[in-house]
Amino acid sequence: MRHDHLITSKQLSRADIETVLDHAAEIDADRSAVADKYSDRLLGLLFFEPSTRTKLSFETAMKRLGGDVIDMGSVDSSSVTKGESLADTIRVIEGYADALVLRHPKQGAATMASEFVDVPLVNAGDGAGHHPTQTMLDLYTIRENAGLDDLTIGIMGDLKYGRTVHSLAYALTKFDAQQHFISPDSLALPREVVYDLHQEGASIREHDGLEEVLPSLDVLYVTRIQRERFPDENEYQKVAGEYQIGPDSLSSASDDLTIMHPLPRVDEIAPEVDDTEYAAYFEQAHNGVPVRMALLDLLLGDSDD
Amino acid sequence: MTNDERKNGAHHDSNESGETDDYGTGHAHDHELRVSKIHNGTVIDHVRSGQALNVLAVLGIDGSEGEEISIGMNVPSDRFARKDIIKVEDRELSQDEVDVLTLIAPDATINIVREYEVVEKSRVDRPDVVEGVLSCSNSGCITTGDEPVTSKFDVLEDAVRCAYCETIFREDIPALIDT
Repeated sequence: MRHDHLITSKQLSRADIETVLDHAAEIDADRSAVADKYSDRLLGLLFFEPSTRTKLSFETAMKRLGGDVIDMGSVDSSSVTKGESLADTIRVIEGYADALVLRHPKQGAATMASEFVDVPLVNAGDGAGHHPTQTMLDLYTIRENAGLDDLTIGIMGDLKYGRTVHSLAYALTKFDAQQHFISPDSLALPREVVYDLHQEGASIREHDGLEEVLPSLDVLYVTRIQRERFPDENEYQKVAGEYQIGPDSLSSASDDLTIMHPLPRVDEIAPEVDDTEYAAYFEQAHNGVPVRMALLDLLLGDSDD
Repeated sequence: MTNDERKNGAHHDSNESGETDDYGTGHAHDHELRVSKIHNGTVIDHVRSGQALNVLAVLGIDGSEGEEISIGMNVPSDRFARKDIIKVEDRELSQDEVDVLTLIAPDATINIVREYEVVEKSRVDRPDVVEGVLSCSNSGCITTGDEPVTSKFDVLEDAVRCAYCETIFREDIPALIDT
C-alpha cells in the first residue's frame, strides 16, 4: 500500500486492505519486530470531537511503535475557540508532527484537510462520512472470526449517520460479501451510499427487521441508535427497542454467528450476550491497536526497509 | 411589429438558433415576434422550459449593467414541447460560463452572434467537475464553515455531488448556485 493519506475506505483496493490486515496479523503475532521502529517520530492527534477508543488506540499504537504523540487536546482548550479554521490549525500542527490523525464533526473535513498538508493524514471520522481505520479493524475481526469471502453480514442500527457503517459497506464491496442492512426507515442508508454500493456492483438488501435475515448471517454488526436522532423520547424508545439484541432474540441465529459493535454501546446489546460465543466486540476493540500499528507503519513509509 | 422589431429582423429569429424548424420561421408569425434578433452577443437556445431566469442568475446577468436582454419562456419547440430562449446583447459567454449552464440547461445551444450572424454555435458539453460555482447545502459539510476552500462538485449523469461531503443533489440544482 502506498497512499499519502487515508481518507476513506473507498480509496483502498482489495490488495491494499489485505496488505494492512496481513501486516496487522504479523504485528499481532510478534510486536517486538516493530517495537522501536519510530523512536524519532511524532504523531499529531487532532480530535475536534470526543473520542475514547480511537484516540487511545492511535496513541497506544504509536507508542508501541516506539514513537510518541502530540495532542491538540479538547476543542475547548485550543485556538479553535478563537475562530481558527481547520485549514490553519492543520497546517500549523503539520510542522510539529510526522503524521496526523484527524477527527472532525463536519463531513469532508479530512478530504479538505488533506489538500493543505504534505505529511500523511489519517481520517479518524468526519461527521457522518467515513471512518476507515475502524473499518480496517472491523475487517480484521471479521477475517479472524468468519472469513471475508463467501460472507453474509447483517449491519443493523443507525445506518444513516453511522460512519463506521458507510466505511465498512464500501470496503466489503471488494470481497465476496452479501450485505443486509437492517434499520428503521428513518435511519436507512443514505442514498449516496446506496448509489456507491450499486456502482460497485455490491450485493445489498435493506430490511426493517432482523428476524427474517438472522438465520443466514455469519456476522451481525450492531450500531447504536442515538437518542438525538429522534424528535421525542417516546419515538426513540419505540424504535430503539426493536433493534436491541438479547439472548432471546438470538434463538434462530447460527451457532457460528459473530456479533460485532464499534462501541460504545448503550443498551442495543444486552450484557448477557457478552459471555456467549457470539460476542466479538471487545476483541474487535482490542484489534484497534495492531491494525493501527500496521497502518501507521505503512503510512510512515518505512515498511519496505 | 414595431419599427424597431422590423429593423432588428425579428422575422429571421430562427437563424440564430440555426434551425428553421424549431422556433418561428415557417410556422406561426406570432412566434417570430416574441424575441428580436440581436446585433452582437449570445443567444442561448433550447433551454428547458422554465429555466431561463435560473440561467440568467447563474450567469450573473440581471440587466444592472444596462445590457439588453430578451427572454422567451415556454416558446413552442420541435425538440421539446416548450423551451426557453435567452438573448443577451454585447455579451459573449466564456467556456466557464458554458460549463455551468450544463447543470441547469443540459440541452442548450449557445450561439455567439456578431453583426447579426451566428459565428459560433455549440451544444453545451457537461464537464466532469465544476468548481466555485455551486455551494453545498448540507449544513454538515466542511465547505459550509469558514474554511478557505473552493466548492467542488462532480457532475453525474443527472445530478451533482459535493466532492467533500459526497452529498448527491438531483432535484434542485439551481438552488445551489452561488450567486
